[in-house]
Amino acid sequence: MRPLTDAEMKTVLDKLANYMSDLKSLIAPLEDGDRYVFRLNHSRVYYVKLSIANLATSISRDNLLSLGTCLGKMTKTGKFRLHITALPILAQGARHKIWVKENGAQPFLYGSNVVKAHVGRWSEDCPEHQGCVVLSMSDVPLGFGVTARSTAEARRLDPTGIVCFRQADCGEYLRDEDTLFAG
Amino acid sequence: MGVGRRMKKQGAPEPLSEEHFAKLKRKHGIPVDDVPAEAPSTKKRRTQKKTEKAVKNTASKPSAKQSNGTKKTAPKGKPQKARAPASDSDDQMMDDEFNDSDLEIGSGSDDEMKLGSDFISSDEDSVYDSDQEATSGKKEKFVFSDDEDEDEEDREEKLTAANIEGLSKKLDAQRAKEAAENEVEMRDAAIQTNIDGDKPNVLDEDDEEDDLANKTKTLLAPDLQMLRTRITETIRVLEDFAELAEEGRDRAEYTNQLLKDICSYYGYNEFLAEKLMNLFSPREAFAFFEANETARPVVLRTNTLRTHRRDLAQALINRGVTLEPVGKWSKVGLQVFESQVPLGATPEYLAGHYILQAASSFLPVMALCPQENERCLDMASAPGGKTTHMAALMKNTGVIFANDPSKARAKGLIGNIHRLGVRNTIVCNYDAREFPRVMGGFDRVLLDAPCSGTGVIAKDPSVKTNRDEKDFLQLPHLQKQLLLAAIDSVNHASKTGGYLVYSTCSVAVEENEQVVAYALSRRPNVRLVDTGLTFGKEGFTSYMGKEFHPSLKLTRRYYPHLFNVDGFFVAKFQKVGPTPPNAVLANGKKDNNARPAESVEIVDKTPIRTEEEEEKEEAFADFDDEADKEYIERAKRNAMRRRGLDPRALKKGEKKEKKAEPKEDEKEEQKSEEEKEAPKEKTEKKAKKAEKAEKSEKVEVSKEKKQEKEKAPKEKSSSKEKTKEEVKEKTKEKKKVKAKK
Repeated sequence: MRPLTDAEMKTVLDKLANYMSDLKSLIAPLEDGDRYVFRLNHSRVYYVKLSIANLATSISRDNLLSLGTCLGKMTKTGKFRLHITALPILAQGARHKIWVKENGAQPFLYGSNVVKAHVGRWSEDCPEHQGCVVLSMSDVPLGFGVTARSTAEARRLDPTGIVCFRQADCGEYLRDEDTLFAG
Repeated sequence: MGVGRRMKKQGAPEPLSEEHFAKLKRKHGIPVDDVPAEAPSTKKRRTQKKTEKAVKNTASKPSAKQSNGTKKTAPKGKPQKARAPASDSDDQMMDDEFNDSDLEIGSGSDDEMKLGSDFISSDEDSVYDSDQEATSGKKEKFVFSDDEDEDEEDREEKLTAANIEGLSKKLDAQRAKEAAENEVEMRDAAIQTNIDGDKPNVLDEDDEEDDLANKTKTLLAPDLQMLRTRITETIRVLEDFAELAEEGRDRAEYTNQLLKDICSYYGYNEFLAEKLMNLFSPREAFAFFEANETARPVVLRTNTLRTHRRDLAQALINRGVTLEPVGKWSKVGLQVFESQVPLGATPEYLAGHYILQAASSFLPVMALCPQENERCLDMASAPGGKTTHMAALMKNTGVIFANDPSKARAKGLIGNIHRLGVRNTIVCNYDAREFPRVMGGFDRVLLDAPCSGTGVIAKDPSVKTNRDEKDFLQLPHLQKQLLLAAIDSVNHASKTGGYLVYSTCSVAVEENEQVVAYALSRRPNVRLVDTGLTFGKEGFTSYMGKEFHPSLKLTRRYYPHLFNVDGFFVAKFQKVGPTPPNAVLANGKKDNNARPAESVEIVDKTPIRTEEEEEKEEAFADFDDEADKEYIERAKRNAMRRRGLDPRALKKGEKKEKKAEPKEDEKEEQKSEEEKEAPKEKTEKKAKKAEKAEKSEKVEVSKEKKQEKEKAPKEKSSSKEKTKEEVKEKTKEKKKVKAKK
């Protein structure tokens, strides 16, 4: 386990900035003096409190499997890939959100893209190819993705048009449970 | 008994009849006016199911009492009628007794008649009307208020399609009771008959000489129906052994028969069946085995980090799941009866609002009760139900170390942790026995030990055949090691904690009470405390000859046939002090880091005195050396003999020592005693013994001390440097001696 290098940090934060409006809140100090930090172990990036990270130093690298919340994976070429496990953090500070109707939640969870017919409402002024978080009508986060069209254009779409490309959804906890976490 | 259903259904009871008071008066010898017979009630009764039951209980008693052997038939009604007004002062008690008994039996017979009316063969109407009641005798006078109430109740029940099944079951029960009652009657009939019919013929014939017959028996598929009846019959005999056992058969034969039948009926291997049977009485054991055949209800636990139980229940009900709270004992559990959607794939599940978890798995975490901002350890945490429960109780504060020795299972653990939104966890992959070495000082530790699974046979029937003696030796060994490691990982000085919960999903004593007792004996710095769980059976304090510490009463056992949860065991410890030195660690080694006791022995704490003071001390200590010598000699010789050495070898050495003795009187310092060991002594075999004797004041044996005094050659203080070396040598040899022992 080690802290992220500057380059890695930049990659991660850039990715997160795509979805979140306020990055500073991620690493802001908390009331009790503690703060959240990023740690890297076996090429996975974890978002965890500093006190917990310090305790975890006593565990050897081979035996340490997971720490706090896993945000995603650093690929071999240095790019960062967000996993579904990062959803709670994204949903906290999401800039753009899409609410999906009940009949649309199921297909999304099965792994298909969000179609206009299933959209209940979406946040205004969402540009194209922007990261967004997909929620159910009862404000339960279901996953995240990238908008296919800007809001204005999407209004002119026919009902079967894709509004949001799915990048990660909660169904992956069942579908990809073997590969999602370090074995 | 008490007030019961009637009050809830029908309101206040009817006013008591005059008859009732008249009877009471007669009983107590108070003169009674002639009371008019109560008009026969116009209540209609279809069948008397409950009266049967009430009557059956009372019928058995008077039937036993009854010695005149009057048959219970309709004519009884008439003598009752005749007796009622006539009975006065004389023979009131007796008459009344008869009346009572007759009444009860009479009503029984009436019930039989009425019961008959429901059968095809009977001629009477199925509907019971008031005329019939009038003719069957003045039993109304003597009807107890209870019976009457119950009749009313029966009349309320109408025969509908909905309750026909229930009513016909009642009928069957009624029939069975009637049959039993008849049997009882027959038995108590005055004439002695040699009919053996009432004793169940359960046991096989003795001496099965024909091997072929035996073999064919084992090859044939067991007749389940026959086995089941035989099982129930054997249990009945075992419950009432004095009455129902066959002549010349002892209890063990019946028990063996029961064991064999259970093995073949349920499919257990004999070892496990016997082990489980020994936990309970025969009837309870039967209930236990039956309960292991059916699955426990599906239960889910609300994740309080993300939702509330009420909201979750609402959401699931909207999806078509029938559920209700699991019980008063839990605020987060929901029991599912049926579901139209797969529970493991609903959007709520995927969003981490709940987790499917057995109800018994709530218990250890409820007992542990982790507080916010604590450092907790879960030693065997996969698949993560208990870890996430702990995190929910801690509200994502503090730290939880979720350890699991298996990497493959740890994947599921990490999945559940992330899915349920737990943030304060560190997942590691150690063998749990390494734990205090990796990290210690936890406020609370949870050890849900790997076990034989005899409590979850309903979930995994392979346990019935897979478990044998080896498992019950290996698993407890591992569990004991884990428990010691867990105890050593707890921080006894924790401000808010210092607790440890040990739990298994097994009902075997070897894995539960025995492991706990072992830990208590090996770690005097822990003690058992109350688990805080509101229900559950107390653990055993003694079992099959093994006695455990009385505090084991505080542990809790759970059985599927009693609480409808999986078999489980929970014990909560509190650590009150640090690990004692020289304690055996989990990995079996001695705790070498702690100060070994031996070093203490060497350190001589007596103050260094000047010679004058020594002499004063001498005078103070009143030892009779002459007399002591004898004892010492004898003890020496005994000790040598025990070791197999020749006592006569002592004599040689002593002569040499006696020369040096007078010098020793001046030096009474213990240090000099410890040193000595002239090489000549070493060469002699009693070197060993002498070393043992050298242990000096630290060893309790005062004789040996005296021995020391005598034997030690007087070495001047000048040779003290040499002695120090020798002291070291001695201690090494002492250790060897100790090790040899």
